[in-house]
Amino acid sequence: MKKNNAVLLSTPYLIWMVLFTLIPLGVVVYYALTDPATGVFSLVNLRQLGMYLPVLWTSIVYSLVSALVCLILGYPVAYFIAHCGQTAQKFLYMLVMLPMCMSFLLRTLAWVGLLNDQGIINNLLVAFFDWLRSLGGVFAGIPEDFGRLTLIRTPGAVVLGMVYNYLPYMILPLYTTIVKIDHRLIEAAEDLGCNGVQTFRRVILPLSMPGILSGITMVFVPAVSTFYISQKMGSSNTVLIGDVIERQFKQGNNPNLGAALSIVLMILVFVCTGIMNRFGGDEEGSVMV
Amino acid sequence: MSKELIRLRDLIMEFDGERILDGINLYINDHEFLTLLGPSGCGKTTTLRIIGGFLTPTSGTVIFDGETINDVPPYKRQINTVFQRYALFPHLDVYDNIAFGLRVAKLPKQEIDARVKEMLEIVSLRGYENRHIDSLSGGQQQRVAIARALVNRPKVLLLDEPLGALDLRLRKDMQNELKRIQQALGITFIYVTHDQEEALSMSDTIVVMDKGRIQQIGKPEDIYNEPKNAFVADFIGESNILDGVMLEDYRVKFFDREFQCVDKGFAPNEPVDVVIRPEDVDIVPVREGHLVGKVTAITFKGLNYDIIVEFKGFKWLIQSTDYQAVGSTIGIRLNPEDIHIMHKSEYSGMFGDYSSYSAEYDELTEDAGDEKE
Repeated sequence: MKKNNAVLLSTPYLIWMVLFTLIPLGVVVYYALTDPATGVFSLVNLRQLGMYLPVLWTSIVYSLVSALVCLILGYPVAYFIAHCGQTAQKFLYMLVMLPMCMSFLLRTLAWVGLLNDQGIINNLLVAFFDWLRSLGGVFAGIPEDFGRLTLIRTPGAVVLGMVYNYLPYMILPLYTTIVKIDHRLIEAAEDLGCNGVQTFRRVILPLSMPGILSGITMVFVPAVSTFYISQKMGSSNTVLIGDVIERQFKQGNNPNLGAALSIVLMILVFVCTGIMNRFGGDEEGSVMV
Repeated sequence: MSKELIRLRDLIMEFDGERILDGINLYINDHEFLTLLGPSGCGKTTTLRIIGGFLTPTSGTVIFDGETINDVPPYKRQINTVFQRYALFPHLDVYDNIAFGLRVAKLPKQEIDARVKEMLEIVSLRGYENRHIDSLSGGQQQRVAIARALVNRPKVLLLDEPLGALDLRLRKDMQNELKRIQQALGITFIYVTHDQEEALSMSDTIVVMDKGRIQQIGKPEDIYNEPKNAFVADFIGESNILDGVMLEDYRVKFFDREFQCVDKGFAPNEPVDVVIRPEDVDIVPVREGHLVGKVTAITFKGLNYDIIVEFKGFKWLIQSTDYQAVGSTIGIRLNPEDIHIMHKSEYSGMFGDYSSYSAEYDELTEDAGDEKE
């Protein structure tokens, strides 16, 4: 295609980008750098950021933990799918995508329903112990309402919410990387004396690295800026930066501080992606989707 | 040759009910350069992969150094492979690729270093230690693949069409190189190719395969001079193959004429295939000829002319350094040693007729392409 044609064809998107990304970004920067009361240039918002550092830190830790859990859960799945037959691969791929077709809010609320103090899991547990007690004998001593656990409003619940929501973003890049690994390389490793574990460690894992890095990025980035999950599944100790930003706009009525916070978050995301790309830099076309 | 190292007994391999190998029996001596030669789909790569341990035969046994190794996984075999299109590790540089096997074997660092350096020397790649695999040419990648396998000092090296992706010039160089390395290190080479020239020039023993069966085993000279059936005669070099009748020992009749030959041991009046190599035919003036034919085409090939001559409706390929005009009538003489007699086989009548000469050449170029098994 001639260069002129390419420019012409990409014009609608370029206009879109300018109108709905670049200009709003400018607005965000403008808000971040103006005084909420007077509207004049000021660094007052940035000075306030210090007190939100702990929240930012919590967000980073939770997102990293979630990304790691996703990796541990997702790698075997991706490996398995990549080694299935063509038809099975398509079916399983679709199965992985399926949760993404449902509303994010719905998925999170469903977990609330499951984990609540009066939720499905707890009710089942209590029912089980009630049944045991009804058997009598040694079980007769089980107290009323036994077996109820605190599942919701825990750090674990927040991580669970993130993992559940973002696991597909880990599996898909891993799958695309693993499925491309030339089977002859695995045979070559066996030929050169590697048993199964050694083949994995010396060949398969290093060659999966681009997928691992891009999977971690793709889970970490949305997780670190997420809101709602911790509002519904967490406690006051698990407030994340996304929730804080949301609150500035909706309840706190301080869009200027919200803007400043989101700029910090954006820089954080940029830095993280940069580091990831640096790691995967020399692998051909690290799979950034 | 020296002692037997590998024996394949009654190997049968089936994929989805399709028989790929149909009763392979073969022994391979220590220090031998043995080539499995045949067209695409003949089962040569499958045989190699069974020896390497990547496939388990449906039935039959693989014996290595006196022990059955059917169920021994590849990593426990004293065999290394140079894979088709190399299969070098893209995440490692030249040095790490070659050192791979030694590191898995947990050898001391100094020894690894010494052996990798020695190998780099042997394959003439000194100074390329830290080069990335993708930055190497095909020939260089080839050398790394050979070094990566040989550095482990295997008893047997398997080579699966190792020169298939190289251009002609490089192929010739690497053929000499491989032969030199094999002789210098005294390692058994089992080499798979569909290129008959390559097989003839490098091997101690050639195993010609087709349709999952061994057609002939022998030294290159024997395979070329005494092909067992029409398939071998046609696959190894060019051949004119005619119907004949063996009247008695040393006397064969074809084209209604009796010829002296050097073969014996056939039943009286047994129908046979007669092979005449294009370069063995002498062109003579018409009245001195055993047979008289008409030139229908001539092609300059560099070393010689390929001349198509029609005898009584049957077209022969004759190679000569002398030009013959199209349409001219020539005589030919056949000496007794130029006439090779073969028993009739399932391949009789399928090869050795040059009536569709140009079409045949097209097929040959297609065949030179990918090998899939």
